[in-house]
Amino acid sequence: MIPAAFEYYAPKSVPEALTLLDRYGDAAKVLAGGQSLLPMLKLRLAQLGHIVDISRIAGLDYIKEERGTVRIGAGTTETTLERSELIKTKLPILVDTTAFIGDPLVRNRATVGGNLAHGDPANDHPAAMLALGAEVVIKGSKGERTVPITQFFSGLFRTAVKPNELLMEVRIPVPPPRSGGAYVKLERKVGDFATAGVAVQVTLAASGAFERVGIGLTSAGPTPIKAAEAEKFLAGKQPDDATLQEAARLAAKATSPVADRRGEVDYKREMARVLTVRALRAAVARAGGR
Amino acid sequence: MSMHTISVTINGTAHSAEIESRLLLVHFIREVVGLTGTHIGCDTTHCGACTVLLDGEPVKSCTVLAVQADGRQVTTVEGLEKDGKLDPIQEGFIQEHGLQCGFCTPGMMMTGYALLKRTKRPTEAEIRHAISGNLCRCTGYVNIVKAVQYAAAKQ
Repeated sequence: MIPAAFEYYAPKSVPEALTLLDRYGDAAKVLAGGQSLLPMLKLRLAQLGHIVDISRIAGLDYIKEERGTVRIGAGTTETTLERSELIKTKLPILVDTTAFIGDPLVRNRATVGGNLAHGDPANDHPAAMLALGAEVVIKGSKGERTVPITQFFSGLFRTAVKPNELLMEVRIPVPPPRSGGAYVKLERKVGDFATAGVAVQVTLAASGAFERVGIGLTSAGPTPIKAAEAEKFLAGKQPDDATLQEAARLAAKATSPVADRRGEVDYKREMARVLTVRALRAAVARAGGR
Repeated sequence: MSMHTISVTINGTAHSAEIESRLLLVHFIREVVGLTGTHIGCDTTHCGACTVLLDGEPVKSCTVLAVQADGRQVTTVEGLEKDGKLDPIQEGFIQEHGLQCGFCTPGMMMTGYALLKRTKRPTEAEIRHAISGNLCRCTGYVNIVKAVQYAAAKQ
């Protein structure tokens, strides 16, 4: 399969890329790792006049910790993320997540920024970033802004990044002591989109009760979903089985999956419930709780 | 800019050509350069038959634009043999009967080769993880894993 013809640009700097995006607006699309965009172009699900390849811009690929925040450059590949000692130590939920993205060959090209900016509710990073309470940095020729991840996903394949802007960085608060997170996903085979996927990040109080809970859901509706009602329910409660079960019921209630070859609506909702229990248990265990 | 003059070093030899933006790396390798050892399987980023090394990392060349490889190093299956001597990964596939139809083999070998460059003595689990983006439809993976293990022991 061959994509329809397009004009291709490989800017060497962010200002150069933004100039191109200002010029072509809606007719242009940013190419990073290309592991979602190129298949779409090949299948002719998308046809674009102009492609701005940002993979030649130096300095978009980094993972660092600064003043209690982990900063991940949008151009960081999934492989880099998967092998990062900082991520393994501070944010193991992201090691779980990246291991489910595509396959090892895809992860050598695919980027963290691309996984978010694609705006696909079946992508895996959105749920994890919702659970973690991340922020993203978006840049345009007029300046830079920071957007909480809860306001980032605006619709199917739509995000807060405007056609003439670039997603630059993801910022994640370093979890305090007694924190843990996990991402679990049901997939038919390696590299498949989630039938259901659940990300949970928790912080426990000294008593063992939930102090902070973040729950994000994959393939659960037109956008990645934050299970706010379940999060609220858990706050201050001990992580006993009945409590986790009730939270999972509330999380499943928040989903509106679509039926497809991966399953019917009821099945997907039930899988979201089951996976929420598992993700909660794993996150609590990693936080050092029961 | 829909036409580009690119230069890609494939197996140590520089190849320059004027190409369209939309040309995929796998088509550049097979049709422009004429190295047909790299196979096109699913053409949808699933099967890994088209795996090549791009600056040393295994990637699916059906999901990379040729223009993105401009100025970079590509290694294909033809580049494994050195001075008439097979690479241990190639020997491994022969000795352990790591193929039947052979369609997935170039991709399997490139992924296996890259794994052994990074991890000298991978566990079986590490091998299976590494090739999880390469599909074999003949036999399953037992002999493919053995072939990589043979190469690990041999190198």
